Amino acid sequence: MSAASSRTGRSLILLAPLLLFLIGFFVWPLFSMMSQAVSDPAVLKLLPRSAEVLADWDRKSPPSAAMQTALMEDLKAVDDDQALGDMVRRLNSARSGFRTLMGKTTSALDETANPPADLVSIDKRWEKPEFWLAIADALSPYTDRNLLAAVDFGRNAAGEIEHLPPDQSVNSVILARTFWIAGLVTFFCALIGFPYAIIAASLDGWKRDLMLGAVLLPLWTSLLVRTAAWFILLQEKGLINDLLLTLGIINSPLALIFNRTGVIIAMTHVLLPFMVLPIYSVLITIPKNLMPAAASLGAPPLRAFLRVLLPLSLRGVASGGLLVFISAIGYYITPALIGGPGDQMISSIIAFYATGSANWGMAGALGMVLLVATLVLYSVYARLSSEEPGRR
Amino acid sequence: MKTILKSGVLAAAAIVLSASIVAPAFARDLTVVSWGGNYQDAQRNIYFKPFSEKLGKPVLDEAWDGGIGVIQSKVKAGAPNWDAVQVEAEELALGCADGLYEKIDWDKMGGKDKFLDSAVNDCGVGAIVWSTAIAYDGDKLKEGPTSWADFWNVEKFPGKRSLRKGPKYTLEFALLADGVSKDELYDVLGTEEGVARAFKKLDELKSNIVWWESGAQPLQFLASGEVAMTSAYNGRITGINRSEGKHFKVVFPGSIYAVDSWVVLKDAENKDAAQDFIAFASQPENQAKLPEFVAYGLPNKDAAAKVPAEFAKDLPTDPANMTDSIPLNVDFWIDNAETLTARFNAWLAQ
Repeated sequence: MSAASSRTGRSLILLAPLLLFLIGFFVWPLFSMMSQAVSDPAVLKLLPRSAEVLADWDRKSPPSAAMQTALMEDLKAVDDDQALGDMVRRLNSARSGFRTLMGKTTSALDETANPPADLVSIDKRWEKPEFWLAIADALSPYTDRNLLAAVDFGRNAAGEIEHLPPDQSVNSVILARTFWIAGLVTFFCALIGFPYAIIAASLDGWKRDLMLGAVLLPLWTSLLVRTAAWFILLQEKGLINDLLLTLGIINSPLALIFNRTGVIIAMTHVLLPFMVLPIYSVLITIPKNLMPAAASLGAPPLRAFLRVLLPLSLRGVASGGLLVFISAIGYYITPALIGGPGDQMISSIIAFYATGSANWGMAGALGMVLLVATLVLYSVYARLSSEEPGRR
Repeated sequence: MKTILKSGVLAAAAIVLSASIVAPAFARDLTVVSWGGNYQDAQRNIYFKPFSEKLGKPVLDEAWDGGIGVIQSKVKAGAPNWDAVQVEAEELALGCADGLYEKIDWDKMGGKDKFLDSAVNDCGVGAIVWSTAIAYDGDKLKEGPTSWADFWNVEKFPGKRSLRKGPKYTLEFALLADGVSKDELYDVLGTEEGVARAFKKLDELKSNIVWWESGAQPLQFLASGEVAMTSAYNGRITGINRSEGKHFKVVFPGSIYAVDSWVVLKDAENKDAAQDFIAFASQPENQAKLPEFVAYGLPNKDAAAKVPAEFAKDLPTDPANMTDSIPLNVDFWIDNAETLTARFNAWLAQ
């Protein structure tokens, strides 16, 4: 073995913890989330006989005797309650009513003393082609159903892709709103964070420590506590409105909570450290004599700032902006507590599918849309920042 | 200095690492999960602590906000870290059908005939009967609302309203406000026209609604004067009246009641102790202590008979309160929750 390859081996061993961490906590969850979004094995796994019979069905006429018998045999053969649950959840998600229909059907099939002749005799709903259509559409191991629904599309009875009616889905509206709110928060963070970082970097000693501490301390407080604090400050009879009313600046309370204003204020505060710290770390590396040098060459302060300090610190603003933006699009607690119904972001929809209805496919699909959108934005950022700022 | 810091970090890392390796060797104590807030405080006093003394071991308690997905992911991952959990009626029905719960040993509980019919299930034992009802501050509104039509009437009762964010209850209340009788309620809601009618009625009130998500929020809104009236869990209202001297009122006519149940998660480490705990919490003499703290109805018939009259009048199960209230239709919601929630979210975002 050559010396070079043993060196590579050693460095691989040193890297192993990092690699394992990345695979275990990053690659694998992302991969399983994406596969959840497109894989659809729940029904096919349990209904192999029905799958064969349904392949010949014209998707319109009432169910034939063969279809009913096949489904009854399939259901009788199921002995795993959790797998049955997955199948019913999948079907009910496509067609409301499957929950009670399947519950009734399986308990009727369990009665061996008085076996039902066919499914229609158990429940009239089995006559309707809609329910069979839902089964027929769920028999392929992979599906684009979740991904389409995540962006407000669906397939009609003929299998063509079409836009969902507006009262059924608004994911694209909420997605656009999520990016808009995140963009606004990033803008306000930069507006406040940039001057703040400049002042902090220009000071030294305890003054600098104080300013940095003021940014860092909130990071050590739980997000929920900080959000709840804003709730108390912003509410109609809260501190801010009370103060303004006492001072006579306003006559009636400002609407600061349960609307966009409150969400932007609270999220900007919560995310400000992620903007200040990267900018500060860039500013601190800029030699202090550059500004006096610019002044000595005759540049007025504003010009010196625009031509020297700003271009050199833009990299910090860009990475701070990226950090804030990416954190902001996943925000959940703050919009839920401070925002109104028009301020809910995509993560609250994902949370409903994940914890509320255990529809992991839909949660995964929405997560994937969010991931793709973020990656696109990141590549734009990478393209922009690869051009060295300030170098002509 | 640097080396000291480094070795400190290393030592800390070593401790964390070894703890995480050794930890599974210790048995986890019985973990009971309920709805938090003043309700869980009461449960801690009358169930968790006495049972822990009886058992001679600690009983851990945690709070959750519901959701079948939470239970499903815990059970599917194997070795769930919760044992006994209090669930809503739909979570009971869904989880039982999906095999997420252990079967209840009804002999341990004292027999099915000791309980209200709606509190008996293969997978769960009824813990409370609770209502979602209109609540308002009696100190601020001398003459309060008496029906959902009043709740919708912002001219007679100015001010914001608060409702639980989600289609469940909200659609029912909208239809009641629109004049649907309680007997026809779910028949109407079961049709496409009925759902459209409910959303149309909600449109009228939309700009005045502040939505709540956790059960403690409506109390805060009422206390701070943010809203004039709200839907709320009746037990929390009575609880805050007693603990903080408020005069919040509950309007029982038009309220919707449901049964919450104790379940044991499938293959939980302490599943036997969990069944013992549920039996303990279902004993008449223990259960009868609950209404003093929170006004929830009791599913054990003997326990209900033991409740002093001064507390009994606040319970959803009191005959006077029961007359004009409506049982939640669990079957309707397990079928339609997902579609109607998607539709509700779409309506909210418009």
